[in-house]
Amino acid sequence: MAEKFTRRGFLGTAGCLVLAAALRPRGGEAAEASPTEYNWEEYSYVYLVDASRCIGCGMCVQACQRENKVPDGFFRTWVERYRIGEGGRVEVDSPNGAINGFPSTIVDFKVTKGLFVPKLCNHCKNTPCTQVCPVGASYTTKDGVVLVDDKRCIGCGYCVQACPYGSRYLHPVTHVADKCTWCYHRITRGLKPACVQACPVGARAFGNMKNLQDPVRKIIATEPVSVLQPELLTRPNCYYKGLDKEVR
Amino acid sequence: MIPEIRLPEVVGFAFPNDVHITWSLMIVLYPYLTGIVAGAFVISALYHLFGREELKPISRFSMATSFAFMVVATLPLLNHLGHPERALNIIFTPNFSSAMAGFGILYNTYLLILILEVWFVWRKDIILLARRSRGLKRKLYAAMALWTYDISPQALEKDHSAIRVLTAIGIPAACMLHGYVGFLFGALKANPWWSTPLMPIIFLASGMTSGVAMLIILYQIAMKASGQKIEGETIASLNRWLWLFMIVTVSLELLEIITLAYEQSEAWEAIHPLLTTKLAFSFISVQLILGSLIPFILLMIAVTMNRYLHDRVRNTLSFVSALLLLIQVFAMRWNVVIGGQLLSKSFRGFRESYSPQLFEKEGILAAVGIFCLAFIALFLFARILPVFKGLEEPQAASLEAELKG
Repeated sequence: MAEKFTRRGFLGTAGCLVLAAALRPRGGEAAEASPTEYNWEEYSYVYLVDASRCIGCGMCVQACQRENKVPDGFFRTWVERYRIGEGGRVEVDSPNGAINGFPSTIVDFKVTKGLFVPKLCNHCKNTPCTQVCPVGASYTTKDGVVLVDDKRCIGCGYCVQACPYGSRYLHPVTHVADKCTWCYHRITRGLKPACVQACPVGARAFGNMKNLQDPVRKIIATEPVSVLQPELLTRPNCYYKGLDKEVR
Repeated sequence: MIPEIRLPEVVGFAFPNDVHITWSLMIVLYPYLTGIVAGAFVISALYHLFGREELKPISRFSMATSFAFMVVATLPLLNHLGHPERALNIIFTPNFSSAMAGFGILYNTYLLILILEVWFVWRKDIILLARRSRGLKRKLYAAMALWTYDISPQALEKDHSAIRVLTAIGIPAACMLHGYVGFLFGALKANPWWSTPLMPIIFLASGMTSGVAMLIILYQIAMKASGQKIEGETIASLNRWLWLFMIVTVSLELLEIITLAYEQSEAWEAIHPLLTTKLAFSFISVQLILGSLIPFILLMIAVTMNRYLHDRVRNTLSFVSALLLLIQVFAMRWNVVIGGQLLSKSFRGFRESYSPQLFEKEGILAAVGIFCLAFIALFLFARILPVFKGLEEPQAASLEAELKG
């Protein structure tokens, strides 16, 4: 006798199809390594920002918002503009995280130097945010990325308070802590984070410290680099070139 | 004219994610409640453990107050959590590197001590009430007495020993429950307005202040409402404790500010304008002048000139000072919790202001509602068990005789 077409059967099949569609590999670029082949022991990720190259276009912020569906008014990455003048005058801004770049406004002092500084989670080695998470929902992966388990997070907001860089926020819809993941869903497939991919001037670079041939690793090893707020001893995995002392 | 560059709602430059107030009015309310819990418990301990006889008239009442506020203390936290249904994760799967993970242990330990102590203090009354009542009420009291009816002098002596031991453990437990809240703030290196080892001590001292102040107010209202006499000695003693605690509190609060200012640290450049502009009203006007200076003077009169004061004058001075100090402690909680979030971690600016809405989830109505629940809990407690004087022996004896007869 032919199998009966039941509602249960139909829902089951439909569910499988939806799941298969959801799990299908995305993007036109062929994934270099599928997540199943990925071995996190072989990676120790590192991020490098060259502030002297950044032009403040905001493409990185846009790419991030689209890739990660970041809610309006919250930022996984943003760009700050520093205008520094004589006599210690400093004007800093980041209108809407610089998602649309920067308007040409005037300051009431003579600007002697200026720079754009892209910011994002520093994925610290000694991170204050995972330290304070009361339920262990914030954690560091073996490849050095700080992530939030949105199934465990209770939404207390302590990590948001503990991050000295302002990298975290409570997601207004899911009510859990949210932050930059260095596009973990991309990097574990061999792709670059969306912001690195989108940067037109190469101000953002992403590398692997365990790969001896990695160009980013070479720069960090051989050139002068710094980190944000080094006095807090958070030991960031995000390095900067061309920073000014005014940048925190 | 050259326009100033300003982000919406921000003075100076704040990190873009810093413009959100993550810890709302609920997180202002929580330490306010636990402070009253700790302060009220200490007053009860002064009688039970340190034998301050002048505090006997409110020894039970202070314990009942501590208990009532303790029962509702978790409500603001639950209302604040993004996922309250996962709240028990803190208790069952804590991450011990987090200061917040201590919550389950500290809260439950103190709650257990408090429940046990309430039971021992009221055990005799529960038994007498069980004997006096009929039907369901009798069953209820019998269950509360755990079906043991022993009120022999030996049994009561054991009760007293248990009370002394529980009080001795209860003081550090209450202090740790409240001090730990201060530690939550004080141990965050990201925020210079919070990050000081003084923070737990400031929280404790202000908690004591608010606890004693709350007792003064509730005691006077309860006595007036029931037409009983307000004990002059008790009020005089509470005034002395309140004065002491407030002096310690305000000294520590000022010490923190003075240290920050004197160190001339990077953070002070942001904190100084915050205190003098955005927090000018809640910090300078309310916390320092209305809430500290005025009650300091009033209590100085009440304490140093105690013997010349008419009862009504003493009670009024005491009541007004207590009310002002309750406002002071609330303002302090506000200035710490909200003030610390107005300040951006960029140290270059701060949020314009934060005013909770009346009807939002963590708004004013929710806060007032939870605060009122504490009084309702206390009222219910007083309906079930006598919170001022225990049932008296002759009455008890006659009841027993009555029952036997």
